[in-house]
Amino acid sequence: MKILFVLSLVVVIVTSCGGGNKSNDYATTDENKAIKTEAPKDDAAPPDYDPNRGEGKFKNVDVGNSLNAAMATGGEKIYSVKCSGCHKLTPEKLVGPGWTGVTLRHKPEWIMNFITNTDEMITKDPKAQAQLEICLVRMPNQNLSDDDARSLLEYMRKNDGVK
Amino acid sequence: MNLIKNNALGLATLALMFGFSSCKPKNVGSAVSGDAASKSYVAPGKYDEYYNFVSGGFSGQMSVYGLPSGRLLKVVPIFSVNPENGWGYSEETKPMLNTSHGFIPWDDQHHLDLSQTNGEIDGRWIFANANNTPRVARVDLATFHTAEILELPNSAGNHSSPFITENTEYVIAGTRFSVPPDDSNGDVPINTYKQNFKGTISFISVDQTNGNMDIAFQLQCPAVNFDLSHAGKGVSSGWFFFSCYNTEQANTLLEVNASKRDKDFIMAVNWKQAAELIKAGKGRKQAVKYASNRYNEKTHTATSTIKTEVTVMDVKDFPGLVYFIPCPKSPHGCDVNPTGEYIVGSGKLAALIPVFSFDKIQKAIAAKAFEGEYEGIPVIKYDAALYGEVKKPGLGPLHTEFDDKGNAYTTMFVSSEVVKWSVKDLKVLDRVPTYYSPGHLMIPGGDSKKPTGKYLVAYNKITKDRFLPTGPELAQSAQLFDISGDKMQLILDYPTIGEPHYAQAVAASIIRDKSVKFFKIEDNSNPYVSKGEPTAKVVREGNKVHVYMTAIRSHLTPDNIEGIKLGDEVYFHVTNIEQDWDVPHGFAIKGAATGELLIMPGETTTLKWVPDRAGIIPFYCTDFCSALHQEMSGYARVSPAGSNVPISFSTGTNQPKSDSIPAK
Repeated sequence: MKILFVLSLVVVIVTSCGGGNKSNDYATTDENKAIKTEAPKDDAAPPDYDPNRGEGKFKNVDVGNSLNAAMATGGEKIYSVKCSGCHKLTPEKLVGPGWTGVTLRHKPEWIMNFITNTDEMITKDPKAQAQLEICLVRMPNQNLSDDDARSLLEYMRKNDGVK
Repeated sequence: MNLIKNNALGLATLALMFGFSSCKPKNVGSAVSGDAASKSYVAPGKYDEYYNFVSGGFSGQMSVYGLPSGRLLKVVPIFSVNPENGWGYSEETKPMLNTSHGFIPWDDQHHLDLSQTNGEIDGRWIFANANNTPRVARVDLATFHTAEILELPNSAGNHSSPFITENTEYVIAGTRFSVPPDDSNGDVPINTYKQNFKGTISFISVDQTNGNMDIAFQLQCPAVNFDLSHAGKGVSSGWFFFSCYNTEQANTLLEVNASKRDKDFIMAVNWKQAAELIKAGKGRKQAVKYASNRYNEKTHTATSTIKTEVTVMDVKDFPGLVYFIPCPKSPHGCDVNPTGEYIVGSGKLAALIPVFSFDKIQKAIAAKAFEGEYEGIPVIKYDAALYGEVKKPGLGPLHTEFDDKGNAYTTMFVSSEVVKWSVKDLKVLDRVPTYYSPGHLMIPGGDSKKPTGKYLVAYNKITKDRFLPTGPELAQSAQLFDISGDKMQLILDYPTIGEPHYAQAVAASIIRDKSVKFFKIEDNSNPYVSKGEPTAKVVREGNKVHVYMTAIRSHLTPDNIEGIKLGDEVYFHVTNIEQDWDVPHGFAIKGAATGELLIMPGETTTLKWVPDRAGIIPFYCTDFCSALHQEMSGYARVSPAGSNVPISFSTGTNQPKSDSIPAK
């Protein structure tokens, strides 16, 4: 009761002098973009969320039936620099899950979205969140270009036996 | 419950006090009006309006604040070692602090100047001076990293620096202490000042494509103390103005002996003409020794080069290059208004502020309105150069900045106030107390062609009772004023690091969007980089052991290292292979006689460790990087000298293999 009284007193005093309440909001919407994307979301997966596609710019990735060997070789180089620290090519978990079978567990567009839109996917996607509970390390966004991500996907397919 | 009651009462008292002081007239101790807090308030998660770069004085560092909140954003080591991030400790950064005297881990950093294009701040670089062992540094504002440090020969006490010309063609460095030139016999009696000492001004060229600095030429001037300076601009483009004191040429008890003359000088230099003379081959090549240190963003490594020659012009041999203008009583600040027409000399012992007119100076030169010569340099008649005097501004005028409405603001050290005056009619318009004894002051853009008119910060030399006491050594205070109205209004008081002298500020938008978030691992060309864990390794070269190590959340590779022996020098070359913003990793190892490494994503830095005992020595990541940060560690085994333990290294593989790690 007393606290309430005091709080109301503060409000009265601040406003009584006038001009003291003017907000000093310098940052524009644009300035706060970074903060927004990184803020935790309460509504993890909205009703229209497609858990097979994931969240990101890739809607439909057509990989075909056979392997693009050149692309897979490019993907292997990227794997070596940016991924091998945490992912084995076997089923074993290191820091993150092993890659055996990853292209069977997830649709190509889900993988592409996860690689390029990591933060949002981990925050939103049920399968990604389930992995986070096991691994306890949020996968870092390694800032791959779209082409790099596609090459990496091809290397994953090669690892899963696509010829 | 009792506690809550007490708190509530305390809050009520506070609220009452606040209420009273905000509505009643102020006393000297709390001259703050009711809406002050809202004017400096920046809500959590919101950005400040300005970047404010503040010199660190005897800390050798530069601090970066947000305005108007006064929030400290970053401390950038320049002329100092910084164990916090390994600056000056890592093998890659040690060369930045090399000089002709060897490695110097400290200096006294007084002034900063942001690079300009057409007289407006462009946000590319900020320049910093080192006062003690004369040096000038360039900090890159995309990385907030010191990119270059250049030593200055023939100089001692680089105070009149690092002020720039309108298009950053040159950074200027005038010596505070005159000394015998470096190539002369300096082993002379001190009281031969008048015969043997010279005052040197360095013109440092700036490569507009990459910022690289070189000494273009030096002007050898009469022996006096050069204090501060500013470039001409607009109408006075092509000229530079320096305040000089100790025109008495005293070499002892300067407090008395350098305060005898009624007037010292503002020195005007036609630098465009000097540049043309140099181009025409004038000047003398002089043998000197100075260090040029540059940091390469691709190798993440600094190199130090000792240079051995400068071109020097003795100003008395080139008529028309330099003129002296009498200025009362040991002038300190030397500030040029936004149009470039008016030059303000602040005689720190004078009871007035003289304002000189560039137009009148030019007419006086044309009409040869000289009162005589000083060491062979024409001295213009005071009245022939003077636009007018600000009468009774206060006591101890030091520095002047300008706003966008034709007003000037001068700090008064002795009477502890900022005084606002009109440049046009030289009338004092307002004065406001500071706490206490301000040195420099700063308005964003206040020394450029395009000043702003919203905020002013005074940097005070004396703090005393402004904050909770912290023993004899106190943080120095900065005070933020709202200058948008007719009356200056104090809106914030905040502590600073080191001893701020001059400062700069620029709208956040000029810098914010080009800030580098991480270094691309593909671009890393450090000779010891590990691009991915498969390339991590340990290599012995004689008694040097090179560890090529990677760091990524949450492990180091390799994390088990054996085969190191007493007598070895071990170099940990740690590459952070993360490629995302704000994921640095740290590295430290027990017993290493150095600072830690703090490695930004995509960067490689090196820690040198000389083990002093055999045993098992742990190392770990020092920057809380992830949920499993505490696991990010490893062991190095040190064997006695002559041991036959071979070099071996691994991560995730126990030797012999353990059941706890799945076998491949």
